Amino acid sequence: MLQKDILVIGAGPAGLAASIEAGKLGASVLLVDLNMQPGGQLFKQIHKFFGSSAHRSGTRGYDIGKQLLTEANEANVEIWMQSTVIGIFPGNKIAIEKGFDDGKKEIITLQANKIIIATGASENAIRFKGWTTPGVMGAGAAQTMINVNHVKPGQKIVMLGTGNVGLIVSYQLMQAGCDVVTLVDAAPKIGGYAVHAAKICRAGVPIRLQHTIIEAIKGTDGCVSGCVIAKVDEHFQPIPGTEETIDCDTITLAAGLKPTMDLVKLAGCELTYNGVFGGYIPLHNERMETSCKGVYVAGDTTGVEEANTALEEGKIAGISAAEDLGLISSETAGQYRKEIWERLHALRLGPFGEKRMVEKEAIMKQYKEKIGAPEPIL
Amino acid sequence: MALINTGYLEYEELKNIQTLPDEERYQKGPVAVIECVQEIPCNPCEAACHLGAITIGNPITNLPTLSGDKCIGCGMCVARCPGLAIIIVDKTYSDTTAAISFPFEYYPTPVVGEERNAMNRKGEIVCRGKIIKVVNPNSYDHTPVVTVEIPKEYSDDVRTIERI
Repeated sequence: MLQKDILVIGAGPAGLAASIEAGKLGASVLLVDLNMQPGGQLFKQIHKFFGSSAHRSGTRGYDIGKQLLTEANEANVEIWMQSTVIGIFPGNKIAIEKGFDDGKKEIITLQANKIIIATGASENAIRFKGWTTPGVMGAGAAQTMINVNHVKPGQKIVMLGTGNVGLIVSYQLMQAGCDVVTLVDAAPKIGGYAVHAAKICRAGVPIRLQHTIIEAIKGTDGCVSGCVIAKVDEHFQPIPGTEETIDCDTITLAAGLKPTMDLVKLAGCELTYNGVFGGYIPLHNERMETSCKGVYVAGDTTGVEEANTALEEGKIAGISAAEDLGLISSETAGQYRKEIWERLHALRLGPFGEKRMVEKEAIMKQYKEKIGAPEPIL
Repeated sequence: MALINTGYLEYEELKNIQTLPDEERYQKGPVAVIECVQEIPCNPCEAACHLGAITIGNPITNLPTLSGDKCIGCGMCVARCPGLAIIIVDKTYSDTTAAISFPFEYYPTPVVGEERNAMNRKGEIVCRGKIIKVVNPNSYDHTPVVTVEIPKEYSDDVRTIERI
């Protein structure tokens, strides 16, 4: 059986950061991901990132992705793409369906001393009449089409959701040459950063708050030819008589994300529900270790945030795994973690971050009370 | 904040949140106007200014403040702001016109001499404007900074040009 110090699952910012840190400290690291290319969502992030100028802010997402791939290479991280983890067993034995460029697949089993799960998050769907009509898609899917595949999802777009994803993807759809007709959001307030909303507004695109989509209209070709929107009351229920038909060929949904829990559950990690972080998440401590000894988590899997926090959490997971392998002293690891936590703290300040900071602390407190010392995978 | 109920800033609202250059400063030449009004963790503008005219400090969520005395309106911060929230206003461009420099990340990139509609924060057409400068060096990383000449009376309103 193949033997690795650390298996990292998910090659997004968190998984890459974890792999790089552990690889630099001398661990043999295998990074697997089911997608065609590593980088997670970074390569479709064509905008400049917020954050600290000391940590690559002002840099476009895809350039951060490129830097991480170079660093992973330098840290001797082995990467398997198109490869899916299909089993996690006691003794940290893993089954992987490994994919090859010619389309062939092979089941490989390996034993990894430590496992880092960084499987990210997936988009929430919103159901309305006609929501399965071709032309209704996640905002993330539309973003992949324009920025990775260079294909416009349609010409006239209606965006549901004014969180940062809805605002940023709307802007990028305009950059790609699409006509964003309007943004609608059931909430009475813009969900995302004001500066993103300001870009949409000064481009002349109306944002309709307290509105929702109640129907996707199917055209003669079977695809979206428009949508019906309506005002909503304070309970988010459509108000009869306020319906309005909008001509569009694409409806993109930016209704939040939820952490991808499949492998965390498979490993048997203890979960907790947290609305702020998007749903069920694995309980974890300040070392990013779960209730399963030697199983760590990082990034959106631990609660939906953004790439900067994913990068920092990934570093912590990589350092903790290396520490538990005896590659770095606990004192040094602790010092590294302290510095990273200070940066994470700074990223979770302000009106947008405060809730996440409070919840993160509550999760760690819950871990302490409920779990204390982690147990091996059963 | 009306902003989060509409998506755009009213000038009066902006003035209450950000310290904008006063008329005396505007009369001395081009100056940065920072339309960043929410405490988000972001500080590249501070490092972008070699003259130390922009201060954020600790914590990183502080709003940036501009020292009008130090700012020369060079525009280095304009392309660096990930929120595209900084513009340069030159109310001294001519007796009757002002020059507004703003980030513009849409195709086609305007060319000098071109005339386009100038837009306010709400996306309404305010007036016609003439493109007088387009700067897009590698260091701006694909964020061209465009300067449009407009009648001086609209210099607190015009913030971009129409996409075509």
